[in-house]
Amino acid sequence: MTTPLNRLKQYKSWGRYPTVEHKAIHQIHWRSDLPDVNQFEETVLPYGYGRSYGDSCLNEGGILLDTSYMQQFIAFDAEQGLVRCEAGVSLEQILEVIVPCGWFLPVTPGTKFVSIGGAIANDVHGKNHHRAGTFGCHVTQFELVRSDGTYICSPTENAELFRATIGGLGLTGIITWAEFKLKRIPSPLIDQEKIRFANLDEFFAISAEMDQRFEYLMSWSDCLSGGDSMGRGIFMAGNFYDPPLGAEPSAKKLKPFVPFDLPSIALNTLSVKAFNAVLYRVPLGKRVRSIVHYEPFYYPLDAINNWYRLYGKRGFLQYQLVVPLEGDNEPIREVYRRIAQSGEGSFLVVLKAFGDIASPGMLSFPMPGVTLALDFAFNGEKTLKLLDELDTIVREARGRVYPAKDARMSPENFRAYYPQWEAFAHYIDPKFSSSFWRRVTASAKSANGQ
Amino acid sequence: MLKIMIIGATSVIAQETARFFATEGAEFFLVGIPADKLVVIKDDLVARGAKRAEVYEADLTDFDKHPQIIESAVQAMGSIDAVLIAHGTLGNQKAAEASVEVALKEINLNLLSNISLLTLLGNYFEKQRRGCIAVISSVAGDRGRGSNYVYGTAKAGTTTFMQGLRSRLAKSGVAVVTIKPGLVDTPMTADIKKNFLFSDPATVGKAIYLGMKKGKDTVYAPWFWRYIMAIIIHIPEFIFKKMSL
Repeated sequence: MTTPLNRLKQYKSWGRYPTVEHKAIHQIHWRSDLPDVNQFEETVLPYGYGRSYGDSCLNEGGILLDTSYMQQFIAFDAEQGLVRCEAGVSLEQILEVIVPCGWFLPVTPGTKFVSIGGAIANDVHGKNHHRAGTFGCHVTQFELVRSDGTYICSPTENAELFRATIGGLGLTGIITWAEFKLKRIPSPLIDQEKIRFANLDEFFAISAEMDQRFEYLMSWSDCLSGGDSMGRGIFMAGNFYDPPLGAEPSAKKLKPFVPFDLPSIALNTLSVKAFNAVLYRVPLGKRVRSIVHYEPFYYPLDAINNWYRLYGKRGFLQYQLVVPLEGDNEPIREVYRRIAQSGEGSFLVVLKAFGDIASPGMLSFPMPGVTLALDFAFNGEKTLKLLDELDTIVREARGRVYPAKDARMSPENFRAYYPQWEAFAHYIDPKFSSSFWRRVTASAKSANGQ
Repeated sequence: MLKIMIIGATSVIAQETARFFATEGAEFFLVGIPADKLVVIKDDLVARGAKRAEVYEADLTDFDKHPQIIESAVQAMGSIDAVLIAHGTLGNQKAAEASVEVALKEINLNLLSNISLLTLLGNYFEKQRRGCIAVISSVAGDRGRGSNYVYGTAKAGTTTFMQGLRSRLAKSGVAVVTIKPGLVDTPMTADIKKNFLFSDPATVGKAIYLGMKKGKDTVYAPWFWRYIMAIIIHIPEFIFKKMSL
């Protein structure tokens, strides 16, 4: 009933890079028994299930407050579709409770093993960004415990703290509980369509049309094939399936017959090229339609426990960028070219057009444009150099890189991506900090972008 | 729907067990301390599907109040289909060695309160001629060990009492389930360094839920502790006494 935690958890980030030592870990079991953070000499940072990729969930030399033990629901209004629960409740647990009652998460990232607190602190987005915006758009209120007191935050009450905390990377205080709106669904099934595109031109040509037809949309893309087939890939699109009356297939019956989209055991033995070539040819026709359970549609990688291990001990770097949609989208093409040139392969490249629904979050990542998510095995300097090059492309295109997935962007670039960072910093609790925040706000040699 | 009384309802293991019953729409009577935490648990169970939940604040070392607890539960729910007794403290072995008072306090809460409650509940269920009595004992009761034998004694006593009660109530069709968790990551073990033998409370809760549903005699949770303990109880004493376990 609760998400099995990794009880030997090592308080690392999901990418296993970097790894740092913490002074102490404090588990929080009851929302009424929060430690007074003023008693600590060091700074603190809330930590849930450790699904942030880089160092935004780490606090080197400081204290982590493990909120994943706070797993109580407070209320579920099955008529109105409103849930209030503690910050450590995972999306998985929420789905277990709400799906049988005909509700779904308003927005979900690609894993259900994240906490509600983390979903807010990173203002997560999903395949329906073009229709629903970020998770923060659906939060009605939450409780924030800071070193100077407890605040109920909503769009109308303590509104500035509300905006700072959504996407605030855990720096504004501890979220103890949150309340958010759900989405009505006719069944737990997805009417899915997979559509192949031969290159980036084709992607951009049909992306807008797909956005109109599908509520959920993302695409896998091949970042290694060049020339005419640069950026070829597959749209994975879907809407919740509304079964004809009396014909509702049982989700339980259906589930075992759903072939998983991604090879699991084979992932670490195939080369990236072979993997991408195979994946590109999986759907046989140009368009393939099927009814699938929501699990493999939203959470294909959740079927593989601890998949970070596929990248070995050195870990990996995730990289997600967004750039505005403009002209012939040269920046995205340039990103593809650089990756192909570098020879650093990325298994899973996700390509998606973000919509223009603004998040209340001050430091939120999504913005209108095209987003690309990549992961790279950590090969030292070579990998870091490539990502620095990508950073420059993104910066010149006036785009952004996602803090929740970052372990290495420079302070200069961070400040260029998020010029609102100083306004945000005003709301940081002085007792809170993270490795990420110290890194990106370190005195920049050339803060003005030289 | 099942009407379940949980004694020591703030126990994390008890909560995890209750969540499984809640999804079936069970009704709960939650006993323990403090009241505000019982209300937190009540809200959680109701949100997860429980038909209703009542809370009853009680200090379980106050044995004179035990009959009243059970009467209140019967009154509130009409009858009791199953009871789960989950309260307890791990205690500090070193402190218990140094002080008779501390040692007896451990025994009082972890053994004598169970005997009091089980005597009353045994009679209730015997008369009702159906139902399930489950108690969280521990693998620590399977063999006395230098590192926590006071706790182990209380659990061994509980296990033996349950064995006898099981034989007696078998004739009345009442299931008596002894639950023996191994090492579980809960606030009770917060100060112990975790190793690979530690289990998640949700895993243990599921084993208890299934054990109660099936009316099993003894549930090791998780299951592999049955085999670990089978080995441990068979180590000859002349070797065992020299081991630091």
